[in-house]
Amino acid sequence: MGIEIHEDLGLKITGAPSLEQLHESVCYQLPPEDRRALGAVIECIEGIPCNPCETSCPQGAIIVGNEITNLPVVDLDKCTGCGICVAACPGLAIYLKKYLFKEDLAYIAFPFEYVPLPTEGQTIDMVDRMGSVVCQGTVLRVVKIKKNDRTAVIHVSYPNECYEQVVNMKRLPAV
Amino acid sequence: MMLEREIVVVGAGPAGLSAALEAARTGARVLLVDENSKPGGQLFKQIHKFFGSKDHQAGVRGIDIGTQLLKDAEDLDIEVWLDAEVCGIFNQSDVWIVRNREHTVNVRAKRIILATGAVENAVNFPGWTLPGVMGAGAAQTMINLHRVLPGERFLMIGSGNVGVIVSYQLLQAGGDVKAVVEAAPRLGGYGVHTAKVRRAGVPFYTSHTVLEARGTDHVESATIVQLDESWKPIAGTEKDLDVDTICIAAGLTPLVELAFAAGCAPVYSPLLGGMVPLHDRSMRTSIPSIYIAGDISGVEEASTAMEEGRMAGLCAAHSLGYVDEDTYTYGFAAAEGRMLALRSGMFGQKRRDAKAAIIAYNEG
Repeated sequence: MGIEIHEDLGLKITGAPSLEQLHESVCYQLPPEDRRALGAVIECIEGIPCNPCETSCPQGAIIVGNEITNLPVVDLDKCTGCGICVAACPGLAIYLKKYLFKEDLAYIAFPFEYVPLPTEGQTIDMVDRMGSVVCQGTVLRVVKIKKNDRTAVIHVSYPNECYEQVVNMKRLPAV
Repeated sequence: MMLEREIVVVGAGPAGLSAALEAARTGARVLLVDENSKPGGQLFKQIHKFFGSKDHQAGVRGIDIGTQLLKDAEDLDIEVWLDAEVCGIFNQSDVWIVRNREHTVNVRAKRIILATGAVENAVNFPGWTLPGVMGAGAAQTMINLHRVLPGERFLMIGSGNVGVIVSYQLLQAGGDVKAVVEAAPRLGGYGVHTAKVRRAGVPFYTSHTVLEARGTDHVESATIVQLDESWKPIAGTEKDLDVDTICIAAGLTPLVELAFAAGCAPVYSPLLGGMVPLHDRSMRTSIPSIYIAGDISGVEEASTAMEEGRMAGLCAAHSLGYVDEDTYTYGFAAAEGRMLALRSGMFGQKRRDAKAAIIAYNEG
């Protein structure tokens, strides 16, 4: 309730939230450039009745509250970047980011439910919210654990000039 | 021959299974019938994680919820008849069932719970009868149950949750979704669903519809067109798409025939899919021995269907004297609370209002 979404462009027209919409939403907080740990970033701006992000977080760093249609809010001071919420979110709307992984590389860990999965060390195309390839990344880790119930979490480094733009990777061609 | 059972549940999808389980847990003797060869309804093609809270099994995939419900039904020794078509209900109690397409069985039930579900709506356009045009739910059955990708290049008509979830699952199955078109000026489904389809590179076209499908013996291409404010095609905005499959996700209509043939009073609810049986908060229809649950009572989603099923099962068992008042009151309030939570927010509020209107009409 009480969630107003800027209508001109973005989510309900293109399918993807625009940066303006994200910046207006309380749920979206890009981890600041000087933060050392990974931080959870949530792109869930509509108030759908859902709260596994909150109940899965071992730190109590994500709050939805009693009304399950409240927008989730991350307390980055409490968030350790463990990534449990990334696979717990049924909407695949959470990823982890940090600005400085090393030199001029940023770090992202995002949910991925396509096959084939990428492999460690592979160079992959990184996409923005509209699905356009904006840069390349290097796969650091592919996390496939039972607890994540068939949602892989892919850890990638990519140029930090694309820090905010990148949200996921381009699907790989079938083998 | 007339058999007797206390409660007969028609339809073993999420609503019917939940109703049967809830009633059986109280001690009532339940018969669950389904016309299909396998129980579960649409749950086993829901390979995505469900929304909601822990109480709604949020984060669990539909297939896994289905597996658990079937295990529970087995543990409770619920009698299940598959390949059993219910053809009619007489005298508000006698259920006419054809088993295995071979023989008729009549079952006299003290209570009947109808959980018959819904059927996909069609959209008609030149070429819509070509092979390759199908319901989005049909495509989902093919990829997720039968593991057959019905085409290579897809056009999705409709951007509600069914349209965007099936688009995502077609991508997961290795398909190429060329476009999702939506006749309304805004996309219908949850933004988190549209966002994951969009970042996979699938374009959305709002205020667009399909004009035509072409092909000799199957779909070889399609033309989409932009619509003006009065939903009329705008000449000159036609766009040809290289697709071999067109999926239609234009909403669902409740399967109400059994209820209405049995004499249940109807009520019209455009938001919930059209004509539905009038019902009260306990899911009881105008015929006191007949309850409903799930999409037959208004099209929503599996999570709400399961809650309505629990409600109907509990109330039907209670009306037979199976549940003590405290357990009943507590169970009723808990199920209603969980349902209200699902019917909240910018998406759920409209459904909550539509449901409230049906119940108010019933009381008024």
